[in-house]
Amino acid sequence: MDYHSPASFVEASALAANATGITRFLAGGTDVLVQLRSDLVTPDTLIDIKKINGVRDITRNADGSWTLGVAATGAEMSEHPELGRDWPGVVEAMDLIGSTQVQGRATLTGNLCNGSPAADSVPAMVAAGVTVTVTGPDGARELAVEDIPTGPGKTALAKGELISAVNIPARGANGGDAYLRFIPRTEMDIAVVGVGVNLRLDGDKIIEARVSLGAVAPTVLLVEDCAKAIIGTTLDEVALDALATAASAACNPIDDKRGTIEFRTEVAGVLAKRTAKIAYARAKGEHA
Amino acid sequence: MALDDRKSEFNFVGTRPDRPDGLDKVTGRAKFGADAYAPGMLHGAILRSPHAHARIIKIDASKAEAHKDVKAVVTRADFSDKPEFKPGLEGEFWNVLENVMAGEKALYDGHAIAAVAATSALAARDALKLIEVEYEVLPHVTDVDKAMAPDAPVIREGAADYSVPAGMHPNVVRYHESGHGEVEAGFAEADLVIEDSFATEATHQGYIEPHACLAMLGNDGKGELWCTTQGHWYAQKYCAAALGIETAQLRVTASEIGGGFGGKTTVFIEPVALALSRKANRPVKLVMSRSEVFRATGPTSSASMDIKIGMKKDGTITGAQGIFRLQGGAFPGAPGDMTAMCGFAPYNLTNVRQVGYDVMANRPKQAAYRAPGAPMGAFAVESVIDELCKKLGLDPIDVRLKNAAHEGTKANYGPTYERIGLVETLEAAKAHPHYAAPLKPGQGRGISCGFWFNHGGETSVSLALSEDGSAQLMVGTPDIGGSRASMALMAAEVLGIPYENIRVTIADTATLGYNDVSHGSRVTYASGLATIKAAKHAVEKLCERAAVKWGIPGDAVKWEDGCAVPSGPNAGDFDPMPLADITADMGATGGPISGHFEATPEGAGVSFGTHIVDAEVDPETGKTSVIRYTVIQDAGKAIHPDYVEGQFQGGAAQGIGWALNEEYVYGEDGRLQNSIFLDYRIPVASDLPMIDTVIVEVPNPGHPFGVRGVGETGIVPPLAAIANAVSNAAGVRMRQLPMSPPRILAALKENG
Repeated sequence: MDYHSPASFVEASALAANATGITRFLAGGTDVLVQLRSDLVTPDTLIDIKKINGVRDITRNADGSWTLGVAATGAEMSEHPELGRDWPGVVEAMDLIGSTQVQGRATLTGNLCNGSPAADSVPAMVAAGVTVTVTGPDGARELAVEDIPTGPGKTALAKGELISAVNIPARGANGGDAYLRFIPRTEMDIAVVGVGVNLRLDGDKIIEARVSLGAVAPTVLLVEDCAKAIIGTTLDEVALDALATAASAACNPIDDKRGTIEFRTEVAGVLAKRTAKIAYARAKGEHA
Repeated sequence: MALDDRKSEFNFVGTRPDRPDGLDKVTGRAKFGADAYAPGMLHGAILRSPHAHARIIKIDASKAEAHKDVKAVVTRADFSDKPEFKPGLEGEFWNVLENVMAGEKALYDGHAIAAVAATSALAARDALKLIEVEYEVLPHVTDVDKAMAPDAPVIREGAADYSVPAGMHPNVVRYHESGHGEVEAGFAEADLVIEDSFATEATHQGYIEPHACLAMLGNDGKGELWCTTQGHWYAQKYCAAALGIETAQLRVTASEIGGGFGGKTTVFIEPVALALSRKANRPVKLVMSRSEVFRATGPTSSASMDIKIGMKKDGTITGAQGIFRLQGGAFPGAPGDMTAMCGFAPYNLTNVRQVGYDVMANRPKQAAYRAPGAPMGAFAVESVIDELCKKLGLDPIDVRLKNAAHEGTKANYGPTYERIGLVETLEAAKAHPHYAAPLKPGQGRGISCGFWFNHGGETSVSLALSEDGSAQLMVGTPDIGGSRASMALMAAEVLGIPYENIRVTIADTATLGYNDVSHGSRVTYASGLATIKAAKHAVEKLCERAAVKWGIPGDAVKWEDGCAVPSGPNAGDFDPMPLADITADMGATGGPISGHFEATPEGAGVSFGTHIVDAEVDPETGKTSVIRYTVIQDAGKAIHPDYVEGQFQGGAAQGIGWALNEEYVYGEDGRLQNSIFLDYRIPVASDLPMIDTVIVEVPNPGHPFGVRGVGETGIVPPLAAIANAVSNAAGVRMRQLPMSPPRILAALKENG
């Protein structure tokens, strides 16, 4: 196994482009190192991106948007004084992952690139409209988070490409986001269903919404029908029921050790309602 | 006197001093199974079957053997061929060997096929990939009911013992039937009869420390083994048989143990490490991964049960019948007999009949798990009692009190109870504020009783006094629940010297007589009794030495508060002689003073408990939260109450996991789907409420201080108590464990 710790993303990209066999990028290592230790994946080339300048930075830009370095950890996000006020759903989703120890290492980018349909931070990022900057042999491009996963363990990143920044939009006025997941326990578990909701109000009325579902299909879903069900409403009971119906209808889950098709489909609707209520309350400035 | 306000008859027993192993454990100084190293040590790894059932056609290890880092490869041919296959449990040496290393067939996903020893753990792991195994995959079965069906694949012909009635499938290997009275007549007398079927899934003990050992075995047949175990004499005996060496030539030392709960009462990797060491002529360390622990050690049995109980309108049980089918993996040993005997044991019944089946399937060989077999039976029986109470409008504690077994009751499984404490636990439950506390909508309360036999077992203890008056106590039962503290308290009580002046050591197999395993809730009872008797033996000698010094007869001296004193005014007028004054010159007054005890104590008193649980069920997701839990159990006499309470709480915590989310999930291919803690859902700390405890003390007449074992009874009532609470909260009877959210939500939907 070859270990590299490049000083720039361009260098990292070149290393990956020229590598043969299995290549893995190493940020927090909470997936890569575990897979290595348990003999699931033994990379031929391991490229540690933590030594690149600025990868731990969490920056609020002049326009109110945020740029997160790819090695900023869950703990650093949770402890940031401002980020969670703008995007509590994104921060809370990240904070749900693993233990305190894992939070000290795990990153949004790693959670996204691991390609799990049950990744907690991904539905929250999709709902929030987060994009990522991708550096590759042909330069940089920007992709929406929902366009990164293409199947369980698979991403749209080509050989030599890696994510070099996470871009969270400006929160703007009268907006709120939330993420909830279902697990049979209280922590230290993998989502059986996850729902991210981000919306904006004009008065009491929802004028923008994005709803994302996790763990109910081969990839995290951005569900237009869910958004349509609540845009133009005050999130009354009728709207909530329509949201639940749309969420359940969007599910294409599997039966496995973590849950059944019926259960995931049903609970996706239940969680969509609960998550939307929290996002709505936050958009109204209520603490929830 | 300073002790005038002491209410107990004891000076030390019943107090709560710090545990002697506490500092070692919080500082990391304690040495567990994987903490041993030896010069020249190799690392072992085990190749495991990916198939649930397959004939092993060929094992080609030549590439592994040729690798420069590999020093030995072993297969079944490297073990003794002396252990013989026999029906049922008669051939347990063969059963254990066959489980430790497969013979002609792989019998479950994870069954050991071959092993290597190499210069590093990584090299050993990678060398396994060089071993080529040719399998003929056979049909498999993992479900207990399917394993009994006429068309089920046969795990092993001839494994059934004499007890099995003719005509049963060969996978049924042991049969138990007991009871008294006429159950049909009993049902005819009842105002209401309920008959229902129940199922539980296999669960794992979930100890935090994976199995680990360091083995050395020379070509001279002399060996040393360091391992994490609940019973090193058992390990000695079974390893010696598997390797074909003399028992006495293998010295086994028990490490500190990171949990066992019954799962470390047998051997899995130890004979393999010894075989590798013998072949490589180097020490070999073997440490299991968590996945190996799940796939290839002993979980508990899965169960399928039919219960029928008749009750009068006043709550009297008129007849009770239970059929209990337990799946115990690919070997005999599933405790169907225990399940059958324990289910109705709390009750004074005129008409009762119980049947237990031990059934084999393509799963790992089950091992003991706290009160093996009892929790499932209690789940089924106590669920039906709860349903009867509900339908007849009766209070569940009153009904249990009305039918409770007491001193003189002829137990459902045969014997007549001596003094027991079931009624006292029920009365304490009824009086507890928890039982009267109001419930919110969506919440339900559940009650259950539970029973466990408790065990005595072969026991040796040795106590040696030092010149300065301190004492070393050697016991042979690994400390799995704070027993060193309890032993020191009991020795202090007899000797009359401070708790801190006694050092308790778990002796190895070469330095103490034989000891049965730390199981059956026997340690505080049996090693405790042995400690008391060994200390009394030393006290007799101390009195004799004092008598010599005073020049009076030996029987004219008695022992009080750590001193020899004249037994009465006629014996003479001498100042009390402290223990340290006697030991100071013991070399000159007759030599070292020690006390011993070797016997098989037979008076382990049976133990009962009653649990109260409040649960809340989310009707939209089926998720259960346990919001309040109270354990009430008879401890006979709590030697160190902290560790008694710890046992109560631990039983409840493991029961909550078993009831709600823990289960072995097998795929259609017969492979275990969830062999890591991420997907084998043991409760995390935040899943549990504070578990309240009430220690009831109805002394056991079979122990000098009244001790009853407490380690196992605590896991018997939780499955039923939680199921009753959940069923009452959800408004639908849950008859299958675990009561996971998908299962509860499906039941709610079905119920409309």
